[in-house]
Amino acid sequence: MAIAISLRDIVKVYPNGVVANKKVNLDIEEKTIHAIVGENGAGKSTLMKIIFGVEMPQEGEIYVKGKKVTFKTPMEAIKSGIGMVHQHLMLAEDLTVVENLTLGIEPRKFKIFLDKKEMNNLAKKYIEKYKIEVPLEKKIKELPIGLKQRVEILKALLRNADILILDEPTAVLTPQETEVLFKSLKELKEQGKTIIFISHKLKEVKEIADKVTIMRDGKVIATDDASNLSEHDIARLMVGREVSFERIEESRHIGNVALKVENLSYFNREKIQVLKNINFEVREGEIVGIAGVEGNGQTELVEILTGLREASSGAVYVLGQNIVNKSVREIREMGVSHIPEDRMKNGVADKAKVKENLISDRYYKNNFSKMGILNYEYIDGASNELVKRFNILAPSIEAPVNALSGGNIQKVVVARELSSNPKVIIASQPVRGIDVGSEELVHNFIKDARDSGCAVLLVSADLDEILKLSTRILVIYNGEIVKSFDKVEGLTGVDLGPYMLGLKRGE
Amino acid sequence: MNPLLKSIFSTSFLFSVLRVATPIIFPALGVAISSLSGSTNIALEGIMLVSAFTGVIVSAFTQNLWLSLIAGISAGVLIALILGYFSLKLKADIILAAIALNLFASGITVFLLYIFAHDKGVSSSLKSLVFPTIKLGLLSKIPILGGILDNQNILVYIAFLSVIIYYVIVFHTPLGLKIRAVGLNPDAASSVGINVVRIKLYALILSGVFGALGGLYLSMGYVSWFGRDMTAGRGFIAIAASSIGGNMPLGTFLGSLLFGIVYALANFLAPINIPSEIIQVIPYIVTVLVLTIYSARSVKEKEVGEE
Amino acid sequence: MEKFILKYFNLIRTIIAILIGFIISVSLIFLVSKDSIAALGYLFLGPFGSISRIGNIVELATPIIFCGIAIAIPFQAQQFNVGAEGTFFISAAFGTAFALIIQGLNLPGFIYILVVLTFAGLMGAFWGFIPGYLKAKYRANMVVLTLMLNYIAYFISIYLINYHFRDKAAGYLTSYRLPETLFLKQFIPNTRIHIGFLIAIASVFIAYYFLYHTTLGYEIRMVGFNFHFAKYSGINVFKVIVLSSLIGGIFAGIGGMAEVMGIHRRFLWQSLPGYGWDGVVVAIIGHNNPILIMFAAFFLAYLRIGGQVLNLLSDVPYELISVIEAIIILLITAEAFLENVKYRITVREAEKEAFKNESSS
Repeated sequence: MAIAISLRDIVKVYPNGVVANKKVNLDIEEKTIHAIVGENGAGKSTLMKIIFGVEMPQEGEIYVKGKKVTFKTPMEAIKSGIGMVHQHLMLAEDLTVVENLTLGIEPRKFKIFLDKKEMNNLAKKYIEKYKIEVPLEKKIKELPIGLKQRVEILKALLRNADILILDEPTAVLTPQETEVLFKSLKELKEQGKTIIFISHKLKEVKEIADKVTIMRDGKVIATDDASNLSEHDIARLMVGREVSFERIEESRHIGNVALKVENLSYFNREKIQVLKNINFEVREGEIVGIAGVEGNGQTELVEILTGLREASSGAVYVLGQNIVNKSVREIREMGVSHIPEDRMKNGVADKAKVKENLISDRYYKNNFSKMGILNYEYIDGASNELVKRFNILAPSIEAPVNALSGGNIQKVVVARELSSNPKVIIASQPVRGIDVGSEELVHNFIKDARDSGCAVLLVSADLDEILKLSTRILVIYNGEIVKSFDKVEGLTGVDLGPYMLGLKRGE
Repeated sequence: MNPLLKSIFSTSFLFSVLRVATPIIFPALGVAISSLSGSTNIALEGIMLVSAFTGVIVSAFTQNLWLSLIAGISAGVLIALILGYFSLKLKADIILAAIALNLFASGITVFLLYIFAHDKGVSSSLKSLVFPTIKLGLLSKIPILGGILDNQNILVYIAFLSVIIYYVIVFHTPLGLKIRAVGLNPDAASSVGINVVRIKLYALILSGVFGALGGLYLSMGYVSWFGRDMTAGRGFIAIAASSIGGNMPLGTFLGSLLFGIVYALANFLAPINIPSEIIQVIPYIVTVLVLTIYSARSVKEKEVGEE
Repeated sequence: MEKFILKYFNLIRTIIAILIGFIISVSLIFLVSKDSIAALGYLFLGPFGSISRIGNIVELATPIIFCGIAIAIPFQAQQFNVGAEGTFFISAAFGTAFALIIQGLNLPGFIYILVVLTFAGLMGAFWGFIPGYLKAKYRANMVVLTLMLNYIAYFISIYLINYHFRDKAAGYLTSYRLPETLFLKQFIPNTRIHIGFLIAIASVFIAYYFLYHTTLGYEIRMVGFNFHFAKYSGINVFKVIVLSSLIGGIFAGIGGMAEVMGIHRRFLWQSLPGYGWDGVVVAIIGHNNPILIMFAAFFLAYLRIGGQVLNLLSDVPYELISVIEAIIILLITAEAFLENVKYRITVREAEKEAFKNESSS
């Protein structure tokens, strides 16, 4: 069979030193649906960005239908017949479907006018050809998400895409919508299109894909016919790596329940249920790890626990008090700390001074200020102490945070959150994107907090981190806690994988 | 009939409504097109001033209306281009850059007026031209409409035409589609290969053309001279008019007309001692309400702190 | 040297922008003036030519300082607005009306002044509250909102003064004269520098202290730096946006009334005086720092007075000043202006640093 896309020895290093792709070789056959699976950070997204011209690799070659190409922009990729359906749809909400479809390639009348009839005809031609129904005259904002996605697929086809890349297309869809999508994809394959499909949902992969490529740590681990691989094989290949860490020592003393989540549910704006009846508790002196592929409701869960988002129903108790509908400040004052998943968005004000970042949750409290006046003498003393205690490498506490390295910025966040005398710590991806040295330090700080009696909820997509730190592990899949492991010693990724990927669920 | 009402419904009143609304319609279209592309253009005040001035000077020295028209439009477009260069290329905040350009326009016009006419108030010492008025001839006999339209300046007609041109550009040309797409979702637009910066610049240029026509009307139609700061806030009123109309052609036109009515009314009421301020303030209050209601509708999708 | 440049980059950039503005203005003078050397002298030295001219600088700087602070406080919370113009105006009008209404109480001078200034401050707070609330609650575009509120303030004020407090004996449109007990003393002979100037200077330090030494000031700045961070930290962003706008209004309000009580002694404006726009200008030049704003206001006033002297004594018109101002603002706000220079120096510094580390290890 002919090869649609061929990648040879692709290497991609990001400016911050992260090696996302390490000599990747991959062949995508024409007229197949080819699924690419792997954990978060395995390098799939980077690889797709390279194919679509969003990122340029440092090394390696790309061939499209046998021809060597170097894409500097997505436009060049589009011209070579590649189309991409992003997870965040690229549609103008206030324009109609037909306007979105033909944007940039509008048929014209007398050179300068839009030929609306022709625009409609063009769209209709493709709708009929590929049997993808969309209402042409409606505005995008009036459509449900599944239809919007169909518009996006059609948009790529209108630009004569032969090769379609879909980045986790089912993540935002209801099961019914997913079914419709799959029907369309099969139809497209019949018509000769090549489809690259990124997913975490192994059941779907088995259902739709002809070929499967499994990536791990920036490398391709295996490529095979989907029929040759069982879901369990795929899961094993995805998560089964060498154990390269030692677990921290066990908790010495586990006390009372500090955090209790009861029947928590959450529906997002699209009315999709993101969290389904979540129940768990975290006790003083233990670290409970929430393992799961990203996008299974973790972000929403953390935001609800910290007051940044409102739950649809259910209750959350901190030391016995319900925090639902309380403000962020009230929740923090009850002893909840929060290490956010995106430190630059939420964790710091990057142009403000280090010391200003260190006091953002306590500037109004006694000693830091009196009657609304900041006490800089005390603030400086406390900040210098934190810088020392948490080993923050900064020119001075007066320096703006953006003068620090990523690891040290994270230490600023951790220093603030762990020094507020918390009872409950919600840590989300606490070591993402930082250097190994800082990672070790942050993990030690979290362990120390645990030993001093804090209840820690650790949310991470990094299995190593979960296995290394957790006292107990809960696995979240599709907004549900599908399994809980009370004993972590001896567990490996292979034990968690099938639950994270929705192949198995606990009783 | 009450004499007040009678004068309001007279043709001379409606005639003056159109006269007064014209220098608002033009810049309002200018504000609207740049808003559609996602830029708040508060520099129409400066664009109009510079065009009004250039038109007068060029007509005084060349005695050629076409040259004045071209020069006036070019001057307005130049200001729009400077605004575009600073905001799009040099990443200046577009509001602040526009404030600077308004200041610049106000200063440079008076500065040059002094150089050319040795007067810092008005250009009446220069023999500048005006655009012709349209005589309807027989058509002027049409009841009411004839009286309103006969003897209006050609630019009043062009203002009407501009509303239609604006509609055609926005809804019936690829450029208009791209402008709307860029304003709504720049990422989506660039994902299909549209150069966002270039489209925004085109929108600003169009905004310059509309603004320039407004300026030319002021100094070569509405009156026959250039006076310092003669725009008198019309560039800002235009923002109100286009906000009322949600940047749509008909809405922007009606918004401008509202201001025209209010100002004409203020003139008509002045002799009978009714405080005109009470009437003049109404459209601004309407603008605040419309803006608030319009924003409130989309508020759920945004977070506190965002615009 | 290069480290120095990086550290003071913003300041150096501002100075370069001002220099370019000057160079262009000097060129313009050479272009149009018959005696350009003398004209230059008038422009740059003229403002220091006499006590009364120095006085003029200070008099002019006073309302600009108030408005600069009024603009800068919401700016610090990233709330761009142009509302000081209307707030200044309406507070002066209502302040004047209030002062005339309570005239009969015969309050002792100091108390009377205090009560009237407080009233004007409250009026300013109210006028600042409106856009702050509409922005925080409905996310309305604050620039357009404040632009409209300026006009609303104008019409209401003019109506109030011309129809209810007009001094028909004056021969022109103006309010009644304020009682003499309410005058802010002009305390330097041959100038009109008045107590209001001292209030302006005090306001500078109060605003500085407020922004950098109080918890609310801290909240305002954090919301401005990153409102996601502020929200995550537990800061009430809604409250901060409303209050920043309201507090800015207080300064504009007091400034408006002080101008009436110190210079004109009656409300005689028939059009918006433009101090609010000047406030935006100095807030930009001063990077929203009250102390720098004070210097920027003096600088602007110096330029304006220089322009007036130039206008009076030479053949170069005053409006040259607006051109200089415009160029300076354009260059200061252009973030990318000189950015590549900064970038090159940063890279060079980083390389040097890396080299040093290598050789030492």
